[in-house]
Amino acid sequence: MIRTAMVGLGKMGLSHLAILRAHPALEVVAGCDSSAYLTDILSKYSGLKCHADFDRMLDEEKLDALVVATPSKLHATMVEAALKRGLHVFCEKPFVLDVADGQRLVAMAEAKGLVNQVGYHFRFVGAFKEAARLVKAGVLGAVHHVRIEAFGPVVLRPKGATWRSAKSEGGGALYDYACHAIDLVNFVVGAPAAVDGVVRRGIFSRDVDDEVYCTLRYADGASGQLSVNWSDESFRKMSTKISVWGTHGRITADRQECQIFLRELHPALPDASKGWTVRYTTDLTEEVWYYLRGEEYSAQIDYFAESIVKGRTQGENTFRSALEADRIVSMITGQSVGNPPPPGAQAVRKGVLARMFK
Amino acid sequence: MDRVLFGDNQFFGVNHMSEDKARAQAMHFQTTQAIIDVLDAAHQEGIRTFMCTTHDRMSEICDYFRANRDRYPDYKFYPCMPYAHKYANAVTEHGMIEALRMFLPQGGAMSAMLKGGVALAGKDVETIMQLLIDAEMKMFHDLDTPVVFMQNVITDLLLGLRMNDTFRMFHDHIRKKYQAEPGFITMNVPRLLDVLDSLGIENPIVCANINKIGFRMCGGKEHYEQTIATRRFRPVAMSVLASGAIAPREAIEYVCRQPLVEAIVFGASSRGNIRQTKALIDELSINQGAA
Repeated sequence: MIRTAMVGLGKMGLSHLAILRAHPALEVVAGCDSSAYLTDILSKYSGLKCHADFDRMLDEEKLDALVVATPSKLHATMVEAALKRGLHVFCEKPFVLDVADGQRLVAMAEAKGLVNQVGYHFRFVGAFKEAARLVKAGVLGAVHHVRIEAFGPVVLRPKGATWRSAKSEGGGALYDYACHAIDLVNFVVGAPAAVDGVVRRGIFSRDVDDEVYCTLRYADGASGQLSVNWSDESFRKMSTKISVWGTHGRITADRQECQIFLRELHPALPDASKGWTVRYTTDLTEEVWYYLRGEEYSAQIDYFAESIVKGRTQGENTFRSALEADRIVSMITGQSVGNPPPPGAQAVRKGVLARMFK
Repeated sequence: MDRVLFGDNQFFGVNHMSEDKARAQAMHFQTTQAIIDVLDAAHQEGIRTFMCTTHDRMSEICDYFRANRDRYPDYKFYPCMPYAHKYANAVTEHGMIEALRMFLPQGGAMSAMLKGGVALAGKDVETIMQLLIDAEMKMFHDLDTPVVFMQNVITDLLLGLRMNDTFRMFHDHIRKKYQAEPGFITMNVPRLLDVLDSLGIENPIVCANINKIGFRMCGGKEHYEQTIATRRFRPVAMSVLASGAIAPREAIEYVCRQPLVEAIVFGASSRGNIRQTKALIDELSINQGAA
């Protein structure tokens, strides 16, 4: 059994905790949150040993792995503390707020040979996996444009005082919605080299973006458009759609289906004919051992556990891969920083946050 | 329970195959009258139970059925609670404790306690749960609600968290306060049954995906078939058509072959589809019974 602890028991944290506790290879030995409300209930009703102090939990528990689902500004220090102790780490998205912190953590995880994964669960959604597979196989020919959209009903009136409404804490639609959208672009067509035409505005929020738009630029001249708005009540829940245009056709994928229009047939899609082919989630989804909210949440945790068992440190959603999304977020916010160092290289720079918490 | 129950996904923009189709349905069912027309069509086809999420829009539908009791003297509602996105969005916007406060009765003692930051001790969880259930049940007052379900997102969250006592709390409150039979919707049938057994909840109503392609049947189709055949519970099959991935006759044939499946829930938007599916269930259920 992989002795695992969980820090951050908010909405996402509880969902992870439920999945972790249902996993046959994981033993959740402790949880940690600063809210006594939650830890009181959990320890009393679910028998989970709970800590209020993160460092103390790491000191006292004998752990193999840590799952981090705290507010984004805390990720870097917690991930670092866990890596120092030699723990495999699964961290919620966005990975870090400061790219320099991320570079250091990528280097540390890779140097220590630890499993490192970030919760970009769209990479475990059948329809998006299929889109990525087909684009990588060259089904679309030369890709010249990508459009990524994420809409949903989160901030619908001028109030709200959680960490998600504080810019310095990784709040706003940029960190909550756009980073998912960016990672999905990176997954399906690869990371853009630059961004421009950035628009970030609060619609209802005073301090953070409720909408983010920008143009994505690729080295080969291909382009993209990102449109994110978390103040759109016409969507029942977060809804993300990616469309990719190439010389041989186009693909549009969302959580439910992958629609493909082909001008030329391709061996990667043997059953397709010219024109439209639609593949649905019912065909594309692999069964999971435990279902809560969507197969992808379980699948990513299962992948993490499997990585630990197999010693797979260069799999899907590594820190290095997630840092690509953070790097693009920092381009959008105008604080462009270079690429992460290659595997094995030592980090050279410490981030502001890391220094603050030292 | 009736053999055929009417579901509500189509009314509230839920479609597991297509977001475009979901949106078209949301537009089509923009007015409460459009929903009532379909419920009425289903009623004329002999479907007298509406298994519905406690969506805000349900309250107008409840008003209609209260006002037209003579037209639907035998009509039953099976509320499924809660409509989880309402809570999830509130938690994202306001934080967990503040969101919880918003859904509790205003000015109540529990709300005041949460505001005051008093830690939640033992019995309070049960009290909070009861208050939340009562808030969700309010819209159904004076209507017949013989079965009340816990939605799968909550069932499966609590199941994963191992907060097993909460199932008993739900069960007891639904039985005592509403004289109704508690039901549980889940995507993880075998695991849930183990827990309900351990709590002494006997022969529970459990609603789950049961379909020929094994879509969202965690533990696998064979395990489900074996569970349905051998364990003591009252299965309600949903997602039998797997959002249209299986042809109707083949889909209904499969589910009718599973012994002990007590009821089948399906949703449809047109009288023609309702009639066809209802007729198939009637036909294939009779054949199955005679075999």
